[in-house]
Amino acid sequence: MERVPFVGQPIPRLEDDRLVRGHGQFVDDLAFPDTLEAAFVRSPHAHARILAIDAAAARAVPGVTAIFTLADLSPLLRNERLPLQFRNSQLPLNITPYVLAKTEVAFVGEIVAIVIAESRYVAEDAVTLVDVTYEPLPVVADCAKALEPGAPLVHLERPNNLIAEFTQAYGDIAGAFAQAPHQATLRLKQHRGGAHPIEGRGVVAVIDETENRLTVWTSTQLVHEARAFLMTLLGLDENRLRVVAPDVGGGFGAKFVLYPEEVAVAVSCLRLRRPIKWIEDRREHFLAAIQERDQYWQIEVAFEDDGTLLGIRGSLIHDQGAYTLQGVNLPFNASSAVPGPYVLPAYELRVYVAETNKVPTIPVRGAGYPEGTFAMERALDCIAQTLQFDRAEVRRRNLVPASKMPYTVPLRTRGESLIVLDSGDYPRCQRQALDAINYSTFRERQRRAHSEGRFLGIGVANGVKGTGRGPFECAIVRIGRSGQISVYTAAMCMGQGIKTALAQICADQLGLRPDDIAVVTGDTAVISHGFGGFASRQTVTAGSAVHLAAIAVREKAVLIASHILSTPVQDLEVRGGRIYKRTLPTEGLTLRELAEAMSGVPGYALPADFEPALESLQYFKPTGLAYSMASHAVEVEVDIATCNVRIVRYVAVNDAGRIINPMIAEGQIIGGIAHGIGNALFEWMGYDEQAQPITTTFGDYLLPGAMEVPVIETFFHESVSPLNPLGVKGVGELGCVPAAAAILSAVEDALASFHIHITETPLTPNRLFALMFGDQPAVLQSGQSPSRT
Amino acid sequence: MEHTHKVAITVNGQEREVAVPARLTLADLLRHHLHLTGTHLGCEHGVCGACTVLVDGAAVRSCLMLAVQAHGTKVETVESLSSLGALHPLQEAFMKHHALQCGFCTPGILMTLVAFLRDSRGVTAEAVRDALSGNLCRCTGYQNIVNAVLHAADHMPK
Amino acid sequence: MKPPPFEYHAPRSLPEAAKLLAELPDAKLIAGGQSLMPMLNFRFIAPSHLIDLNGIGELSYIRKSTDTVAIGAMTRQRDLELSSIVAAQLPVMREAVGYIGHVQTRNRGTIGGSLCHLDPAAELPAIAMAYDAEVDTVSIRGVRTMTMADFPAGYMTPRITADEIVKEVRLTAWHGRHSCAFEEFARRRGDFAIVSVVVLLSAGPDNRITRVALTLAGIGVAPMRISNAERLLLGKLPTTAAFEEAAAVCSTAEASEDPYASAAYRKYLIRTLTLRALNRAAQRLTAAR
Repeated sequence: MERVPFVGQPIPRLEDDRLVRGHGQFVDDLAFPDTLEAAFVRSPHAHARILAIDAAAARAVPGVTAIFTLADLSPLLRNERLPLQFRNSQLPLNITPYVLAKTEVAFVGEIVAIVIAESRYVAEDAVTLVDVTYEPLPVVADCAKALEPGAPLVHLERPNNLIAEFTQAYGDIAGAFAQAPHQATLRLKQHRGGAHPIEGRGVVAVIDETENRLTVWTSTQLVHEARAFLMTLLGLDENRLRVVAPDVGGGFGAKFVLYPEEVAVAVSCLRLRRPIKWIEDRREHFLAAIQERDQYWQIEVAFEDDGTLLGIRGSLIHDQGAYTLQGVNLPFNASSAVPGPYVLPAYELRVYVAETNKVPTIPVRGAGYPEGTFAMERALDCIAQTLQFDRAEVRRRNLVPASKMPYTVPLRTRGESLIVLDSGDYPRCQRQALDAINYSTFRERQRRAHSEGRFLGIGVANGVKGTGRGPFECAIVRIGRSGQISVYTAAMCMGQGIKTALAQICADQLGLRPDDIAVVTGDTAVISHGFGGFASRQTVTAGSAVHLAAIAVREKAVLIASHILSTPVQDLEVRGGRIYKRTLPTEGLTLRELAEAMSGVPGYALPADFEPALESLQYFKPTGLAYSMASHAVEVEVDIATCNVRIVRYVAVNDAGRIINPMIAEGQIIGGIAHGIGNALFEWMGYDEQAQPITTTFGDYLLPGAMEVPVIETFFHESVSPLNPLGVKGVGELGCVPAAAAILSAVEDALASFHIHITETPLTPNRLFALMFGDQPAVLQSGQSPSRT
Repeated sequence: MEHTHKVAITVNGQEREVAVPARLTLADLLRHHLHLTGTHLGCEHGVCGACTVLVDGAAVRSCLMLAVQAHGTKVETVESLSSLGALHPLQEAFMKHHALQCGFCTPGILMTLVAFLRDSRGVTAEAVRDALSGNLCRCTGYQNIVNAVLHAADHMPK
Repeated sequence: MKPPPFEYHAPRSLPEAAKLLAELPDAKLIAGGQSLMPMLNFRFIAPSHLIDLNGIGELSYIRKSTDTVAIGAMTRQRDLELSSIVAAQLPVMREAVGYIGHVQTRNRGTIGGSLCHLDPAAELPAIAMAYDAEVDTVSIRGVRTMTMADFPAGYMTPRITADEIVKEVRLTAWHGRHSCAFEEFARRRGDFAIVSVVVLLSAGPDNRITRVALTLAGIGVAPMRISNAERLLLGKLPTTAAFEEAAAVCSTAEASEDPYASAAYRKYLIRTLTLRALNRAAQRLTAAR
């Protein structure tokens, strides 16, 4: 009887039992004897010289152990600056942050000193007494203004605020515009927003004197990268440094980078030889955790009489913030995501990456794809409006048809591979979304509502997400002498259920149940290489590595069993923790017995041509990104008397390849859409003209709550990816990609009689009021194209 | 050394007595002095609800209460729901309906819901969402939490 | 975000609390803590002494007398929400209290705390204003009474001295045939309102308006009664035209401006909410016949 595979089943998660009991071990739950707690002195200025730091009064506070500045910690550091996460010879030098500020602070919240005390309470007391003398300097508060002639400098040592400039282009763009019967121009602003996992950042550094090893427990999305950078900074090798993630309460990009705070804590631990813990509070997350965007887009779209795209060209000014932690991955993604699931014959986008005196930006959930998608979707709505065509029809005409898959977009991903939309049926997904939301009868519903004084609108948007980013991920599958089956991988858990998915994959190959398998993630001590959780990569990369390793282990186990049982391989069955003769099930071996045999235990002769141990380490190296796709259809009602937007219905059709666990996949989509709703309507990270953050509490920066997120109706269409042995694609960020575009298109549709154009995210009621009844605010501060100062 | 106050609290049915500084929050008392780390801190300014516990049966934000203010009260935390080993019906329902992802906001949400289910008469999706409005979740989009509660309400002893 | 150090006092009686407040330098009272604790956690304030009123049982009560409902300052908002006296005597308070934060907030938050914090958009000060409330304060110098109209001295500043404790608020219930409505606009469920409107309405047998109380919150530094709009409505039939006129007058009040809501948008909301509240109150009046 064929066993039903676990892959594809909505099995409950292995992660849940301890979490639901409150037995999770998040970084602040870790308790080591004699732990000291840290707090940071942070710059209150967006830009200033540090003239003096007087910590005398702070040091005198009872319970304070130490206060360190960069000068104090430098002797233990190989470098005063953090390494750049994604090496890029095109970028200038010295663009990463210092471990602690040196002579100049460049954003509000930048760390200047670390205070270490017996408790966080006392550490915060001491922080208020550290007297830093600053000389305020001119501030750059906007990335477009940063590039204007005569703009102040974000960093005094730099010639200007432009740290990178590149062009994404293909096709005959000049020709496309020359022959186009229609053109339109759009100016868009996509505002800064934060990641805000409910658990903030945190780190505990502990020295084990017996093992002569520093262990850094950190709430991170990348233990191996973190260790690599810490090894470089601290001059430690792999035997001296272990980085482990405990339970992580959400990442969403905020934990996708090694921070100065983590380094400062680790170095301080080396210096004091006692465990040191730093737990970020929410105020610190607002000030100093990475954010995504601002982005100013100025694009022109050329199109035919029938609404098909001829070309898009323009410019993007991207706010990098005061430092570069990773590279230009975010603006690169955003600019290469514009074509999306559509046939775009020609494209040219000049991208300007500008520094500002604000906290650094890196990808948050969606990683630039929502921004590129927003630009394309607004352009398509513009086409529809110009030609008075139905917006879904314009999209249908431009979507890459199934017959053209795999479809090459002549742009390169950061990994240098071409963008190849590997599989999918995009028109079908849109059709399904439209059917599900009863698109064909909407105009009638809209008319009826309008006659009652109600304003309904509908919006459609499509987006793709490149997933399964390399260069590789790895996994060890091991059947131990105890009989315990373990999976070790550099994959990272942050709530997305990766442990369960990997257990399902492994279980299927070894004839086991998922809860027979221990999945160990996020620890540099158990596996030497890997990258971690970001960019929706782990199901593809870690999943495939686990799959390959499990197959290798099974094949070896079967070969050994065949040898021991003197039975041909094809006559053996692997199931329930045993390998046995299919025709005589009682005659077999348990996996434990096999593992024992392969451990060289007397009693089982180890065949000469077999390698010991029942385990396999496999790498999966993707050759290109596997593209998932989503089609969203949203119905909204706008209360024009309050300018409030209510989402009436939300339909999302998702193609994330073969689905390992439908329940988990659906959860990822809904969560991503909730974040997209935040991006569309609520999450405005505000700064003033002096780059002082304005929205620094959860009362001002609004995450959607249970009353603001509607029921999301999800559908899945599984187009198997040819790019990995499982046929899977990533799903974690997909929900976020087209959400804001769909919602705001719906709002514009609802308010068609007001003739407004929504060009800015988020759209708050206050801003909608201004659009409807006041002047549209200018979006680009300078009328000229940006240029070097 | 800060002056300490004696605080006697019954936590999850157990009488505890500790001496703590006045400014120690109830959340920190539970987490660090009583080692009940199931209750989490997400914002420390009374919005996210991750720190929700029951004090004399009422759901409160433990980040906005001083430990000294809980003197003489009965406090229930998430650990009380499965203290005898078996999972509470709500916890079972959460697992069955995928109502948690990272699990960080979950204890606060569970305690909010325990109080809600005790006090409420009508459990509808709308009422559940209203009850959840004081708890933020960044992972789930709330939908499966609502499903779990509706399911659990049918299966819970009244 | 941990509070700064302070000395903690837990008086058991009101006289004891008043004495402490008079004697201790740089002291703050803590009631429900829903406003004060965030300020302490953010270290926006760092008082040397904290005087906890939660141990004073005598400060928590809801008492009906002939004309008024007297509410002790430490009465929890949740108790107001569940009180049958409030439901019967102060129906618009009953309607508004559900908007105060969330259940967790209301389980601790108090009416006295809300009045003293005096957030411009807070519901309870607006309700007290609507019901022509009187506020009693206590100090070592004795008891003092003031009207709710006099209570706000400025932005988030009640007209009380450093040594006074708000003890009781007495709201004057409406009798006879009347109705009420509360409207508020907030970004999310439980958020601070941007603006809100409280309406109390009476009409005679001829259906003409005999009495109306129109209170706006969130538009200025403190809740305000719009007496010229009220005067406009007296003697009129409860028609949409009359209500639109009143709403227009309300929206001419000077409005504050911040990054979240412009003055123009606030006025627009006031106009909408005033109209909705008046209409709803009028419908309820008709239904109550």
